[in-house]
Amino acid sequence: MSAVADRYAEFQDLGVEVLSVSVDSQFVHKIWDEEELSKMVDGGIPYPMVSDGAGNIGKVYGVYDEAGGVDLRGRFIIDPDGVVQAMEVLTPAVGRKVEEAIRQIKAFQLVRKTKGAEATPSGWEPGGTTLKVGPGLVGKVWKVWKP
Amino acid sequence: MEEEESVGCGRPTGSVVGEPSGGGSEEKPLIAKEVPMTEVKVGGKAPDFVAPAYYRGKFVKVKLSDYLGKWVLLCFYPGDFTFV
Repeated sequence: MSAVADRYAEFQDLGVEVLSVSVDSQFVHKIWDEEELSKMVDGGIPYPMVSDGAGNIGKVYGVYDEAGGVDLRGRFIIDPDGVVQAMEVLTPAVGRKVEEAIRQIKAFQLVRKTKGAEATPSGWEPGGTTLKVGPGLVGKVWKVWKP
Repeated sequence: MEEEESVGCGRPTGSVVGEPSGGGSEEKPLIAKEVPMTEVKVGGKAPDFVAPAYYRGKFVKVKLSDYLGKWVLLCFYPGDFTFV
């Protein structure tokens, strides 16, 4: 979570609010932030650290692991209408890459801004070529995009 | 957006963001109700929840639907003091 905190300014620039969630209590979050995270990230964690004590939130998001009694690593991108645009769930031993979340947010924001007139192809990076969605594109993707 | 308040245990409201909570009162914890809880899927509305949180030195209440109108990155992780 400190990796996200480290890039927090970028999320803010993109107009993204961050919420982290684990089954730890808000009191444990406080001590973790004070004792450890604030030593990795200047000023400590800048977003709300949510407590999901009974795993009930994790359950509706499909990330609660009954055997371990924890919320698995799950990342959800939710748009301003409250629609889940993306989700990624990993088992605990592998960490996420914040860069990929930022890339996806930029892509979803572009699609939203163009009201779906543009889509981002596989491997798209911000600033890269987008696909202009429409009948003209059918069978012609090869002209504008290659793997 | 984050009010300082004690809220008990984190819980889904049983509804999605932007909709009134399904059936029961929001103030009652949802205990094994027959009403199926909303489940997450891409392209669908996010399940709403209300939960206690720690935020910049304070204990606050967070409700996901309060974030309507903004992009949200919601990150679950296994536990504090873990290593990844």
